[in-house]
Amino acid sequence: MTIQHMSPASGFFKWAAARVHEAGRPPGRVVRRLPVQKDWPAWAILGIQVGVLIGIITLWQVGANLGVIDAFFWSKPSAIFNTLTIFFTTGEAWTDIGFTFRSTIMGFVIGTTAGSLLGLSFWWSRNYAAIVQPYIICFESLPKLALAPLVVLVFGIGLSSKIAIATALTVVVSTLTTYAGVKAIDPDGERLFYSLGATRLQVFRKLVVPSCLPWIISVLRVNIGLALTGAVVGEFIASQHGLGRAILYAGQTYDIALVWVAVSVLSALAMIMYVSVSWLERILRKGVRQ
Amino acid sequence: MASPKLRIDDVSMTFATPGGAFEALAHVTLSVPAGSFVSLIGSSGCGKSTIFNIVAGLQEPTDGRVMIDGIDATGTIGRVGYMLQKDLLLPWRTLIDNIILGMELQGVPLRQARDKALPLLRRYGLGGFEHAYPNALSGGMRQRAALLRTLLFDTDVILLDEPFGALDAQTKLQMQEWLLQLWSDFGKTVIFVTHDVEEAIFLSDEVHVMGTRPGRVVETLVVDLPRPRLRACTTTPAFMAMKERCLELLRVFQAAPVDQAA
Repeated sequence: MTIQHMSPASGFFKWAAARVHEAGRPPGRVVRRLPVQKDWPAWAILGIQVGVLIGIITLWQVGANLGVIDAFFWSKPSAIFNTLTIFFTTGEAWTDIGFTFRSTIMGFVIGTTAGSLLGLSFWWSRNYAAIVQPYIICFESLPKLALAPLVVLVFGIGLSSKIAIATALTVVVSTLTTYAGVKAIDPDGERLFYSLGATRLQVFRKLVVPSCLPWIISVLRVNIGLALTGAVVGEFIASQHGLGRAILYAGQTYDIALVWVAVSVLSALAMIMYVSVSWLERILRKGVRQ
Repeated sequence: MASPKLRIDDVSMTFATPGGAFEALAHVTLSVPAGSFVSLIGSSGCGKSTIFNIVAGLQEPTDGRVMIDGIDATGTIGRVGYMLQKDLLLPWRTLIDNIILGMELQGVPLRQARDKALPLLRRYGLGGFEHAYPNALSGGMRQRAALLRTLLFDTDVILLDEPFGALDAQTKLQMQEWLLQLWSDFGKTVIFVTHDVEEAIFLSDEVHVMGTRPGRVVETLVVDLPRPRLRACTTTPAFMAMKERCLELLRVFQAAPVDQAA
C-alpha cells in the first residue's frame, strides 16, 4: 500500500487500519475507543434532581418518626413546615427578610462601587498605586469578620453596622479585580489613543473604563454572596432584626425547626439575589460586547 | 523642490539598559516630500518602530528634531496618523464608532463624524458592516477599518507600521492594491514600515534600507516605476534588480556581532 492509493478524506485512517491489520496489534500498545458521553434530556435531569430532594425529605421524615433520627437536634420536615407557616403568618418574617435584604444590597452596591472606583483610580498614577497596594493586600489577607464586633461597636446595632461589614467584605475583591483589569490593558491601545492626540481623561473614559468593565462585572456574583455573609454575621453579633438574628435566637432557644426555616428563607433570598445578579451580568456583558 | 512635508533631522535615540547604553537610532535623517509614499525596511531591531514612536510624539528622541511643514513637532502628539500592526479596534464599539475615534477625540460631534465616515466606509469595501462589532469581521476587514480610522483622523502624514504583517498572502496582495487606491484618492504622505521587500518596492516612491546596531539608514533606493502600478511590474527586470539590491543590503547590515547581542 502506497501513498498514491489513498483517498484524501479517509486516507490516513485506512492506511493506519491497514498497518494494524498487517502487523497485528503492535506490542505494548493498547487500542482504545474514544470515550463518548451521552447527554441525558433536560427533563430527565430535572426529574432526578426533584426525586433526590423528595427522597431526602421523605427519609428524614420517616427516620424521625421511627426514632432513627433524633428530632430534638435535627427536627423533622413536618415540624419545619408547620413552623414555616407560623413564621410567615404570625412572625416578623417580612421585617426580617426586608432587613437582611436591605443591608445585603446596600453593602453590595457600596462595596462594589467603591472598590471599582478605587481599582480604576490606580490607572492615574503608578506611584500612587505602588504606595497604596501593600495596604490593600494587607486588608485583603485580614479576616475581616474578626473585626465585626468592633464595627458593631462603632456603627451601633442598627442597619449601618451590617452594611459596613458587607461593604468591607466586598470592597477588597472589587478593588483587586478592577486593578488587575487596569494592569491588563494593552499598552498599544493607550499608544493608539495618544497618537490620536487624546487627553488622559479621554483615555480613561473611552479606553480604561470600558476595558475594565468585564472585570468589574465578573466580581458581581462573588460579591453578592460576600455581602450576604457580611450582613448575616453582623446580625449574629448584635441585631434586633434580620434572618441572621432569627437563626441565632432559634438556636439559643433550641427551636431547631425555626433554625431550618430561617436558613431556608435565607438560602431562597440568596438564590433570588444570585439569579438577579447573573441576569444583570448577562445584560451588562451584552452591553460591553465581551 | 519645495520644503519636505516631514523631515527627520539628525535624530538619535539612546536607551539606558542594565547592560549599559543601547543606541537604537544614530543620526537618522530623512526627508519625505508631500504626497509621496516612502518605505522603511530593515531587520528586526533596526529601530523602525522607534522612528515611528518619535515621529508620532510618543517618545522624545535623545537628540535631533522632527519637522512637519517646517515646524518643529518633536514630542507633540496628534500631528500624524499612526497605525500599528495590531488593528486595536475597540471590541465594545461598532465598526463606524471605531473608525470615528480620532475625530471623536478631537472633539468633532458624533453625528457629524459618522456622517463623514459612512460614505468612506461604503466606498472602501466595508459597506453593510457599519454597525457590526469587530469580532464579527475578518482580519483583512479589521485592517481596512484600522486604516480608515487613521485616514479619518485627517492628518497629512500617516505612519503605517507593518499593517499587513499578520495577514495571509492573498489578502495582503489585495490590501496593497486597496492601499494604493486610498493613497491616490486622499493624497496623503505615507511612511510605511515592512519586512517584505517586494511589498516595499511595489508600493513606494522611495525605499530606505536600515541597518542595525545602531539603527540607521544605510541606503535609499528611488523606485521610478510608473504609476498606477500593476501587479505585473513585480516581474520586470528593473523591479527584480531593486529587490536583489535590497536583499543584499539587508543581508550585509543585519549581521550583528554575536558578542554584542543582548
